[in-house]
Amino acid sequence: MLYREAGDFKTSYPDDSQTFPIAFDRWRYWAVLAIAFLVIPFVINDYWASSLMVPFLIYAIAAIGLNILTGYCGQVSLGTGGFMAVGAYACYKLMTAFPDVNIVFHVLLAGGITAAVGAAFGLPSLRIKGFYLAVATLAAQFFLVWLFNKVAWFYNYSASGQINAPERFIFGTAVTGPSAPAWAQYLVCLVFVTFCAVLARNLTRGSLGRSWMAIRDMDIAAEIIGVNPLKAKLTAFAVSSFFIGISGALFFAVYLGAVEAGDSFGITKSFLVLFMVILGGLGSIFGSFAGAAFLVILPVFLKIIGVDVLGWPTEMVAHLQLVIVGALIMFFLIKEPHGLAQLWRLAKEKLRLWPFPY
Amino acid sequence: MSADFLYGIEVIINGLMAGVLYALVALGFVLIFKASGIFNYAQGVMALFAALTLVGVMEGQVPFSHVINAVFGTEIHHFGWEVPALLAIFVTLLVMILFAWLVQQLVFRHLVGQEPIILFMATIGLAYFLEGVGDLMWGSEIKTLALGLPQGGSLVVEDWTAGLGGDDFYGFFIDKLDMVATLVAIVLVAGLIGFAQYTKQGRAMRAVADDHQAALSVGISLNFIWVLVWSLAGLVALVAGVMWGAKSGVQFSLSLIALKALPVLMLGGFTSIPGAIVGGLIIGVGEKLFEYMIGPMVGGATENWFAYVLALLFLVFRPQGLFGEKIIERV
Repeated sequence: MLYREAGDFKTSYPDDSQTFPIAFDRWRYWAVLAIAFLVIPFVINDYWASSLMVPFLIYAIAAIGLNILTGYCGQVSLGTGGFMAVGAYACYKLMTAFPDVNIVFHVLLAGGITAAVGAAFGLPSLRIKGFYLAVATLAAQFFLVWLFNKVAWFYNYSASGQINAPERFIFGTAVTGPSAPAWAQYLVCLVFVTFCAVLARNLTRGSLGRSWMAIRDMDIAAEIIGVNPLKAKLTAFAVSSFFIGISGALFFAVYLGAVEAGDSFGITKSFLVLFMVILGGLGSIFGSFAGAAFLVILPVFLKIIGVDVLGWPTEMVAHLQLVIVGALIMFFLIKEPHGLAQLWRLAKEKLRLWPFPY
Repeated sequence: MSADFLYGIEVIINGLMAGVLYALVALGFVLIFKASGIFNYAQGVMALFAALTLVGVMEGQVPFSHVINAVFGTEIHHFGWEVPALLAIFVTLLVMILFAWLVQQLVFRHLVGQEPIILFMATIGLAYFLEGVGDLMWGSEIKTLALGLPQGGSLVVEDWTAGLGGDDFYGFFIDKLDMVATLVAIVLVAGLIGFAQYTKQGRAMRAVADDHQAALSVGISLNFIWVLVWSLAGLVALVAGVMWGAKSGVQFSLSLIALKALPVLMLGGFTSIPGAIVGGLIIGVGEKLFEYMIGPMVGGATENWFAYVLALLFLVFRPQGLFGEKIIERV
């Protein structure tokens, strides 16, 4: 009733190819944006920002990045943590080498550097496929983390081997460093998320995205109909790494402030982002958000229930969390291999026909 | 012979021994992958779980005692008996078979026909689940595995080889435990090959590995074979868990050996048992030699990534690994 077009009334190409063909979706999209930009910054406090909103936004960028590679182009990558580390360390080097340049440019440049590194590690994908490739990306993960731990130039020879984000300002407000207010951190991440999501959404429905999907569905067939696999695969690696690099840079500069490559960007991070993509839904931008939200909220929720309400030891709750996450992943894969995004799609189909399904 | 050269040989021998242990873990992967097309990431955690269960059973620990204590406020820890090692191994084996059956019934039976990547994700989920269950059941502190396996350098070998070099060479240092592990691995592999070649179930297993539908059509129960294969993988995991556990204590890092086994698989091919063994030896020797010769120049700790880079370079020339089946694609 509310949620549908009453027929096919499209009279122009822009109408036909718009992102949200249904008016209700368009309004919902603008409403979500309005709330995110105009309401939440005024009510957010430190706890909400640091435990939920900021990690959610940052992981959403990483999930979008991995989704482009895995969900749209079909190349499984387990090197997300390593690429996030590239983004973080590139951002750090840029921040300390050019202190006068605005941090926004540093973050974008860090994304660009990560894209170059990602494309280099994507080269083997032209020869090897499937699980062999997934394992090959682990080489990136371990090699990059080792590099950032061992080569002192990357952490400016600091004694602890950590990198610390210096304080940087946008429009006179600190966004990195300890004195950055919660709403500023939130807004910076939100701007980047919006930029990345819009970019990703439009890339994936353009000719580039179509060539990725052709490679994903069957690479030999795609090659025969004229998709260049070299170009498609390497651009997928580059674009995906660009987003992952941005998220790594934000993760370091805005969220944590101080990181050590092995701790923050280890193999567990790669799996975490991969889970977000799988649970959210492969090949869906909305799914990336849903998966990131789910896996950010779940530990916080379990901690509140287990530690604060029931008074169980923290360690036990942490183990319980492993069990629950593992079980949920298996449950989801059995019940809905296409993730949360598929549930959303089904709901939309139902809504379209409601209340007269026939 | 110069001492440097002899030390190089010592590094190679130790690398071979380490490679045997990698091969043990890789073997579990290959078994499951061949028979069911599932890339079982949980193999390392299965080794950890098996070792934890073994220690727990031997010490007579009450399963889930932490949870019970936390929820009901009780103070129970041990049954108060100790189980002899052999019986404990048997009990652990039963637990692993039960686990194999549960995994098949509850998870993978419902995922038949899904894409390989979905199955892979499910095993990652399984790995998380099993790790959490292991910690909740037996506690997460580091445990020592006291099976009475010999430890430390072998003096016999050291004395015997000391005469080979000059005055500054003291003979090869070879861990006794590594030697035991090598022996056990040889026995295990021989047993597995014998099982696959000469028993009815083993033949059925190979038939399933060849072609699911053809196997079904001659009356082989896929379900049974898969439980069997997971149980065998559980057995291999138990052996690997015991060996690694005796070496470095039973702790979380044990599950990370799965990551070490992955480049072994890439090198040897996912579908080949000899490949797993040869790949394991190559990786073991390669990473020890690299650490010994190049490691000091680049800051050490190269063992974390060298295996992967080696396997990666290798794959560029032979995408299916050393012994893997040639990948033929049709449109």
